[in-house]
Amino acid sequence: MRDGSNVAGLILDDREDGIFRVHRSVFVDKEIFEQERARIFDKSWLFAGHLSEFPKPGDFVTRWVAGRPVILAHGDDDQIRILMNTCRHRGNLVCREHKGSGTEFFRCFYHGWIYNTRGQLKGIPGEEAYSEAFDRDALGLEPAPRMHNHRGCIFVSFDPEIESFESYMANALPILDNTLDLGKMEFVQGQFKYSMRANWKLLVENSMDGYHAAYTHERFFHWMRSEGLQSRLSEPQTAGASNAPRGTVPLGNGHVTISYPSLQGRQLANQSYLEKHAGPDLEQFRAGLVNRYGAERARMVEGGAGNYLIFPNLIIIDNFWVFRTFYPTSPDYMEINGWACLPKEDPPALRKARLDWYLGFQGPGGFATPDDVEGLEGCQMGFATHKEVEWSDISRGMKGNLAGGPGELQMRIFWREWHARMTTERHAKYTGD
Amino acid sequence: MTTAAAEGPQAAITREQVEDFLYAEADLLDSWRLDEWLALFDQERGGYYVPTTDCPPDADPSTTVFLIADDMPKLRSRVEQLLSGLTWAENPRSRTRHIVNNVRIIGREGEVLLARANFVVYRMRFQNIDPYIGTYHYRLIPNNGTFKILERRVVLDLEALRPHGKVSFIV
Repeated sequence: MRDGSNVAGLILDDREDGIFRVHRSVFVDKEIFEQERARIFDKSWLFAGHLSEFPKPGDFVTRWVAGRPVILAHGDDDQIRILMNTCRHRGNLVCREHKGSGTEFFRCFYHGWIYNTRGQLKGIPGEEAYSEAFDRDALGLEPAPRMHNHRGCIFVSFDPEIESFESYMANALPILDNTLDLGKMEFVQGQFKYSMRANWKLLVENSMDGYHAAYTHERFFHWMRSEGLQSRLSEPQTAGASNAPRGTVPLGNGHVTISYPSLQGRQLANQSYLEKHAGPDLEQFRAGLVNRYGAERARMVEGGAGNYLIFPNLIIIDNFWVFRTFYPTSPDYMEINGWACLPKEDPPALRKARLDWYLGFQGPGGFATPDDVEGLEGCQMGFATHKEVEWSDISRGMKGNLAGGPGELQMRIFWREWHARMTTERHAKYTGD
Repeated sequence: MTTAAAEGPQAAITREQVEDFLYAEADLLDSWRLDEWLALFDQERGGYYVPTTDCPPDADPSTTVFLIADDMPKLRSRVEQLLSGLTWAENPRSRTRHIVNNVRIIGREGEVLLARANFVVYRMRFQNIDPYIGTYHYRLIPNNGTFKILERRVVLDLEALRPHGKVSFIV
């Protein structure tokens, strides 16, 4: 493994004068990408999925997490496991369906080895051919080194020595809990599986960028106006005044949220939309929240805490109920998974209204996400000039000046953690300005 | 095989009529005459749907996440956005080519004619060529020798929108 010195000079962080720059080679360099795999993705708690995707014994989901094929398996013993999806014999994928239920066995078709839903090796054709030293019991499907189930959110780490989940999450845990307190949460059927021809870190930045909304997403606000709704984010000159001062909250270990005006008791656009399309259902739902939490906390749970990043690659966007994770397969390409995470107890009209609102913005066919894809792919094309145009600027609001609209502190927090991990393999000591 | 449901007062509808309608529709889309395309829909009850790539073709958009689930107000807004230049993913506009084939009349439900067709839509942009492949599921209302679209459901065969990334034009 190389030392981190090739990365050390790639972030220019001048807190005194208020200048923050990122060297564009971090978006294109293959060695940096390999180092990210080793020092970030192999050394973090990563989001793998939600229990509602495989709720019963015999249910499973397969997907790729951090470049590895895994099975999220609900065993016949009712235990949740993340199993490495490779036969212990010669390597073939043992499960080749996207998802399933009522499964009793995973059978590798190559030579017929059979594993149960706990991952135990249960059948080997012609087992007599092996010596006495051959240990069948030691050849179960390999579980991921670490797994943690937090209220149905399944996290994985490929680092056996990683700190505890709670320690890693730091102050992001109560923010995640705020999201999960909305109800008995489930991932709604229908997953966004898409991609961008762009570096993964651009999507981290973009997913919590208040500055671009009024420009990139003008068409979304066009739709909102046709619905008779307003958003302060659509007003470039006042967006900062309304959004930024209470804006960015560092949550430790590179996690960060840009918080919503709902924390100040203000109505969000999504709430106005739901009132318009599912008023009586929403009223009933709100009454349930107030009953559970009291009026003040119910408002915060309903409004959500913000757009937040759980470092390095889980984005949660409360006002659209989005869970989004992504992984790079090369410096200039990432695969993205997105879900709507909603309360099971939603009455039908409320569920429909939430999905209509969600699709109003989100996903490859939404009124906003495609323009983000376009923008980030454009950035990536622009980076082909990185030898001539070396630096991107992320200095907005650095000296606390928020008069000109939303700042970029949330991105600097990400980059400071990224830089510390890449150079020292430890968390950043301090990520603020 | 000819029409599966060629009986009753609307017996005169032929596959050729459906083909003519779909080919003309494809031409409107490829030439970005989206206002005229929008006029093909039943203006009250029409809809344009694209289920997610992991869902059954007949999934219900009120309980399932779709890629696109536009009723007429949303579809009108989508077309306005596409024509206004505000949709950066389609400004400048993609070049597209809709190839429509295997047109079949599936049956009838009251006044509604059910038709299907296979498609490949090529999208050319920034030196990438992204093929969108699948089946159209139409619910059509016969109307003076032509049709009004009650539902246009685009069922993608793709396992994921990779590397396509988006469905920003009309598939």
